[in-house]
Amino acid sequence: MERPLTQHIKPGSDAYNLKEYKQVGGYSALTKSLKRMAPSDITNLVKASNLLGRGGAGFPTGVKWSLVPMYGDTSKPKYLVCNADEMEPGTFKDRYLLEGNPHQLIEGMIISAYAIQAEKAYIFLRWAYKKAEAGLRKAIDEAYKAGYLGKNILGSGFNLDLHVHSSAGRYICGEETALLNSLEGKRAVPRTKPPFPAISGLFGRPTVVNNVETLSCISHIVENGEDWFKGLSLTSTGGTKLFGVSGKVKNPGTWELPLGITMRELLEEHAGGMSPGHKFRGALPGGASTDFLIEEHLDVKMDFSTVAAAGSRLGTGTMIILDDKTCPVAFVHNVEKFFALESCGWCTPCREGLPWVEKMLASIEEGTGKMEYLELLSFNAKYFGPGNTFCAHAPGAAEPLQSGLKYFHDDFVKHITDKKCPWR
Amino acid sequence: MLSEVEIKEIQEEIKQYPYPAVACIDALKIVQHHRGWVSDDSVKDIAELLNISNEEVDSVATFYSRIYRKPVGRNVILICDSVSCMIMGYESLYQYISRKLGISFGGTTPDGRFTLLPVSCLGDCDNAPAMMINYDHYNRLTSEKIEELLERYK
Repeated sequence: MERPLTQHIKPGSDAYNLKEYKQVGGYSALTKSLKRMAPSDITNLVKASNLLGRGGAGFPTGVKWSLVPMYGDTSKPKYLVCNADEMEPGTFKDRYLLEGNPHQLIEGMIISAYAIQAEKAYIFLRWAYKKAEAGLRKAIDEAYKAGYLGKNILGSGFNLDLHVHSSAGRYICGEETALLNSLEGKRAVPRTKPPFPAISGLFGRPTVVNNVETLSCISHIVENGEDWFKGLSLTSTGGTKLFGVSGKVKNPGTWELPLGITMRELLEEHAGGMSPGHKFRGALPGGASTDFLIEEHLDVKMDFSTVAAAGSRLGTGTMIILDDKTCPVAFVHNVEKFFALESCGWCTPCREGLPWVEKMLASIEEGTGKMEYLELLSFNAKYFGPGNTFCAHAPGAAEPLQSGLKYFHDDFVKHITDKKCPWR
Repeated sequence: MLSEVEIKEIQEEIKQYPYPAVACIDALKIVQHHRGWVSDDSVKDIAELLNISNEEVDSVATFYSRIYRKPVGRNVILICDSVSCMIMGYESLYQYISRKLGISFGGTTPDGRFTLLPVSCLGDCDNAPAMMINYDHYNRLTSEKIEELLERYK
């Protein structure tokens, strides 16, 4: 099985420096791009590869790039931003790539910037990722010295500057328009769309924001072609995916696997099955903002469309497992508390609704909840839904709430009728 | 007054952006790195350097979780309270630290050695429970391990 993104990552040892990265073929895709390909060739190749964005939304990367204006004097400056603000509870995949192979990301960013003709790029990095920050800064320094960054890269006439911005902490910074406000030094409040960032993004200029894992795929697609990339997955989406499992399993971790493997394979073969004495009750398949799936869904293929068909989202591909020794109400309460705390406060359903939901769930968990809360929780979940809020934060919060109420209804009721949490 | 080092570091960041106000978050982080927290005076000094209003700087400072507008201890303990760490038992670790230091979330020990704060997911879910002390990550925590770790921070 091919694992292009993680093949050169050795947990426990240092990431490859520039020399080591070049020895395994690093920066040859960049040379190929700059010497033999036009920017539009790269965009078309990425489109044809069917690479879907790995940050959670699954938007086709090549389509995003193709929205950027390419001609005329009005198209400069343009920006490329790498979203490395990974902060969704249960998600730890980008950290693996950032710490494990920073040059792979940098090479992908230079090629992507060339494709959209951006001359300035930023990595918006999660504040807590100090090890990743040090590794990235060192790798960027090496890339400048080798002439892969800066003016007239490899004699092509293409220029690119790359800067790391370390964030100051807030989940909402991962929302791409909030990220742009944060990068501009402001409060991370999302912006209205349209205009989309590809037209008016950072400093009002055309901007592409892509996730770490997405950008880490680019050099491999350029090197090996669209058919190879499509062949990596078991479905029609291109590529492998970094999957992760956390919770009460024998071997929690992150693995690069073909898109389209089943939840069961991920849980049993890679995560080693449930920890002794623990039974599987459900999982959030792609981070805290995705709907619960339960035992009957274990054979669902882990791909964007198949997980969506089962009523959830692939999200970031990192599963959080709910076991029978953990209270589902406490689980949902913990997640909603996170969303309430991390709301930017801009729009009413999110600012007012999430704390209300959090309080009702706390009350149910403590044994003081009322039956009418269940209806009020569903009411809120409905109004958090797409179209009622400014961005995807509250809709994300609605997912574990609505599906938790559906699949663990009896547990909620028992808390209320017994006036206590059966797990405490 | 900002120190020469702080001003120099902030000016380095300003160079990366089209106009000075963009470096607001970087400036707050730089000042906090040197002083532990951001005082009203520092807000004023940053505002002057970036040519924006005090209120604008403060609106940014109070938005972000990792900018401290109140003094903190010499060492800040951040315990992850998100869902994977909850499943893996952060609550008992919190109670252990809280009892040992005699402070709750938000508190600072009377000797100014530790401040204890909750933090959202640290991206270390496969090694939960996780925490940070200052900028050092620790995971797969047990009370014995914490006992030993706390000794390293004076």
